[in-house]
Amino acid sequence: MHPQRKQKLFIILFMLCGIALAVGLMLVALKENINLFYTPTQIAAGEAPINRTIRAGGMVVEGSVSRVKEGLTVSFGVTDGKDIITIEFDGILPDLFREGQGIVALGQLNENNVFIASEVLAKHDENYMPPEVADALEKAHNKGQDDVKSARY
Amino acid sequence: MWSALKRLYHQLGSPKWFYEITSRWSPWFLWIGTALTLVGVIWGLAFAPADYLQGNSFRIIYIHVPAALLSQSAYIMMAVAGLVGLVWKMKMSFVVGKTIAPIGASLAVIALVTGAIWGKPTWGTWWVWDARLTSMLILLFLYMGVMAIYNAIESEEMANKAAAVLALVGSINIPIIKYSVEWWNTLHQPATITLTKKPTMAPEMFIPLVLTIIGFYCWFAVWVFARTRNEILWRERRTKWVKSLLSMGANR
Repeated sequence: MHPQRKQKLFIILFMLCGIALAVGLMLVALKENINLFYTPTQIAAGEAPINRTIRAGGMVVEGSVSRVKEGLTVSFGVTDGKDIITIEFDGILPDLFREGQGIVALGQLNENNVFIASEVLAKHDENYMPPEVADALEKAHNKGQDDVKSARY
Repeated sequence: MWSALKRLYHQLGSPKWFYEITSRWSPWFLWIGTALTLVGVIWGLAFAPADYLQGNSFRIIYIHVPAALLSQSAYIMMAVAGLVGLVWKMKMSFVVGKTIAPIGASLAVIALVTGAIWGKPTWGTWWVWDARLTSMLILLFLYMGVMAIYNAIESEEMANKAAAVLALVGSINIPIIKYSVEWWNTLHQPATITLTKKPTMAPEMFIPLVLTIIGFYCWFAVWVFARTRNEILWRERRTKWVKSLLSMGANR
């Protein structure tokens, strides 16, 4: 390669690396602001501000969804595998909302560590499959658990 | 192999040669791309099974993913074209970079719009400022910036350089888009298709997606060729070969 071109190429690549480093440092510094939601662990650790509008997200705990008799108010637990927070929501839940599903809620955390949501969004994962396959997987999963149970007794 | 590639690179640097070879390649890309996209879209929309969770609304993936993937690939191509233009002073490279910008911008718009349409029934919102959606919007603005530079700067040489620099600097956004769903918590789900792992999608849903992705890439090639040929004719309008080409067309 012509030495002049080589030099130019190196200057450009060097500048690009510099800019990439600067952007990288900025993104690391802003990590908390770029994260869309607080996880239950963060909230349990007291990292989330109280009485300020924030987002909280995690998996809906199986068997935790309970509704009041009148009105739309529903409360459910959300977990990230470590801690659980309770979310109360008075509104229409998205179609994908179900137990075991990931959700992101917008709202405020009150003093009793209950998250009062004004909006609930459903997350979905990167797995796509026909219903039959999902059923078969669930059956296999349950069977595996039953086997474990029967082996235990 | 290497010398053949090197020769092709030098030949593509000649506007006349580029014009002639791409007029021969274009129909192939057009027909293969159209066939693959049609088969993929019809298969995906009518015959692939519905998703266990999202039902039929997941089917927009057959447009959303190819457009999103290609808008990022197109940006990388634009940045590489800019680099080649800046370092090796290859004019054709700048021409290709210029013609890619509006195509990539359209693809980014398609990805954002189909994403919003998909988000409403599944997530429950059209838009959320999470890392993936925001970085994708920045990609669209970068494309618009490159287009704006070409429209704003009169001098061709200056515009080429400025646009190439913007394209190169903006290429830092590409890994950010790709890894946004891993580095931060987002509403958007992680990638289904990765180079290293098996796709997390049933094969009868995945094959039509692959077809539409390849089809979109072929279409993209046709589109870039057509716009570049147009640009070549304009830039070379005073040369002998363009004049003879045009007079041939007029006499036909």
